[in-house]
Amino acid sequence: MSDKESKNLQVKPKQKSTSHAEQTRPGLIFTPNVDIFETDHDITLLADIPGVSADDLTIDLRKNVLTLTGEVKPSEGADEEAVMIEYDTGKYHRQFTLSSVIDQSKIDAKLNDGVLRLTLPKVREATPRKIEVTAG
Amino acid sequence: MLYRRLLNVPSWGFDRPFREFERLRREMDDLYGALSGGTLPMPSAGVFPLTNLTEDTKNYYVRAELPGIKSNELDIQVSGEGISISGERKIPEEGENVRYHRRERDAGKFSRSINFPGQVDVDKVEASMENGVLRVIIPKSEAAKPRQITVK
Repeated sequence: MSDKESKNLQVKPKQKSTSHAEQTRPGLIFTPNVDIFETDHDITLLADIPGVSADDLTIDLRKNVLTLTGEVKPSEGADEEAVMIEYDTGKYHRQFTLSSVIDQSKIDAKLNDGVLRLTLPKVREATPRKIEVTAG
Repeated sequence: MLYRRLLNVPSWGFDRPFREFERLRREMDDLYGALSGGTLPMPSAGVFPLTNLTEDTKNYYVRAELPGIKSNELDIQVSGEGISISGERKIPEEGENVRYHRRERDAGKFSRSINFPGQVDVDKVEASMENGVLRVIIPKSEAAKPRQITVK
């Protein structure tokens, strides 16, 4: 397909997490779809996490392991009965190991319309310094 | 439905029996699918976006996960018979000097139509987008609402 504009979106069923770590609370866990790209200065991660509000999203980075966890609160009313159910809701969870050293103080996270945009700036390499040796 | 009323079980979430049974049934389906080599996905029309339709005595509720799509980029049409949701998901280019490690998010056009099981009141439809989830509330028409009949 040469014309990118005419492409139709295909159904992609939500991916249930295959992690076997035991949970303390029951519920479904899904793996969010992500885009990850890198420039010379930073790594950017985009994740589709529909239904997660900023308060229910946890981003954790320790020892080069980035963990994303998002809770989805059910929005259904008490008396609603299912007529046709094509997707489930639950927690989103995904972990990544980062190869570069990240400047933790400059991490930027934005959540818009169910998409998380996480910018992880790389630590600047120490700029080479020329050391003058003076004869004493 | 009767048993739920009799037992006075609190509704929705994991306490809700029919919902839990349904989830269990799907998990069993997944299991059998895995055993027989194939996977049986959730029942779906195979058209984006995956949509949930629920009802209570007053309304139908249509929900769909549409991350990254703004409300003004969606076209929603409701008629007496059904609803159609269409639009396009755009993923902007991120510049020339980027190296992609993963690209799992898709862009493209979509169009989905769903029929309601009963008659609806087209004039009072409400739609909202929150955190990338579309919710449309469609009131049932007066004629289609269940009525409580008192036995004399």
